[in-house]
Amino acid sequence: MYTNGYIFRYAGIMVIIAAALLSTAAMLLKPFQERNVAIDKMEGILASAQIPGVTAQNAIQLFNEDVTEEIVINENGEAVETYTEPHKENAKAFNIDMKAELYKKSQGKPFELPLYVIEKNGQKLYVIPVRGTGLWGPIWGNVALASDLNTIVGVTFDHKGETPGLGAEISTKAFEDQFVNKTIFDNQGNFTSIMVVKGGIGKLPENDRIHGVDAISGGTITSNGVNDMLKDVLESYLPYIKKHR
Amino acid sequence: MSTEIKEREPLFSAKNVKLLKNPLNLSNPITVQVLGICSALAVTAKLEPAIVMSISVIFVTAISNVVISVLRNGIPPRIRIIVQLVVIATMVILVDQVLKAFVYDVSKQLSVFVGLIITNCIIMGRLEAFAMANKPWPSFLDGIGNGLGYGLILVVIAFLRELLGSGSIYGLQIIPHQFYEMGYKNNGLMILPPMALIVVGVIIWVQRHYTRDLIEKN
Repeated sequence: MYTNGYIFRYAGIMVIIAAALLSTAAMLLKPFQERNVAIDKMEGILASAQIPGVTAQNAIQLFNEDVTEEIVINENGEAVETYTEPHKENAKAFNIDMKAELYKKSQGKPFELPLYVIEKNGQKLYVIPVRGTGLWGPIWGNVALASDLNTIVGVTFDHKGETPGLGAEISTKAFEDQFVNKTIFDNQGNFTSIMVVKGGIGKLPENDRIHGVDAISGGTITSNGVNDMLKDVLESYLPYIKKHR
Repeated sequence: MSTEIKEREPLFSAKNVKLLKNPLNLSNPITVQVLGICSALAVTAKLEPAIVMSISVIFVTAISNVVISVLRNGIPPRIRIIVQLVVIATMVILVDQVLKAFVYDVSKQLSVFVGLIITNCIIMGRLEAFAMANKPWPSFLDGIGNGLGYGLILVVIAFLRELLGSGSIYGLQIIPHQFYEMGYKNNGLMILPPMALIVVGVIIWVQRHYTRDLIEKN
């Protein structure tokens, strides 16, 4: 028979060993993981601009070749810093914590957000990173706008842990491809964002369909999350976009 | 005085080999014990995540089995399930961290399912049923065997699903381009989880056809 004291000691020592083991592993593996996250971010930015043949192996190289400017903009739409040097991964824009900046925005405080300029076939594309909340955790992605800062060239989305088969479908090509050639301003120049419409864009009036995409069946909360994320983040870039259109 | 010397059992005695081989067929965790079905459906749309998942499960079952077997005489029975869970959870988190560091793409595809290895009944089942009562070496073999049995089925399902659903194997296009031009289409249903369940059913059917011992008598 084991005494209560033994059981408590046993459990205590076991937990301490497990904790020590896991924290050591986490510390040792952190640099590798951070590098992977950075590469993943580059892949997302390049993929949204429809750059072909991006893989984890060539992402850093392609990112340095294709991205010409990394701009930090503030809440008034002014470019605070424009980075054009090599080693684009060291730019301030690339290392901005979107979550913290968007929180500042929600508190009505000044904020700074990144904007990437990509040269593709002589055209300037503007890639805006977006971030919001899904059902279970954060969702994020990139929106690439053509040089008119209105037409979408492509988007990518990703998520931390949306339901596989339902909300997680936002990161599939089928969902992302819907955004191509949609516009974020109407003919009068009013900001419309892109609406993610439950039940399909067929429900929208004819001339609004250019600003909408179909939501995902069974993934309503994630779809709404995408809708709100686009509206919220693109709105923060409006001062800059309006100056440069 | 007794002169009898206890003979050491060879590492791969008939009994030990059985531990490795039985889970592949007669006591397969998926097709016979029907454990771990959830992940078998979820990660088998492509071969690569299925293989990584199998390796992860083999690692976790084998190492947890050994750890629990080494500790088996000191584990207080009243908290044995907690101890088993702590060991499994530690191993799974380690695997998850390593995947994130070295095969990030695959770890993203597997998403929550690596974490869910913790709840895979196969592992806890083996700890409770085998490792708690056996020495480390047989426990290790039992873990490897059950992991392999699980992995074997996963790979077979993933092979069929990727071939018929995407026309490729391990990401390489297998079905030639001309077939598509002649009107061949990938079966989109194969990509969806329900088809995986049907494939599991077919595997069970085939297995029982060849292994008559598995068929219930009544």
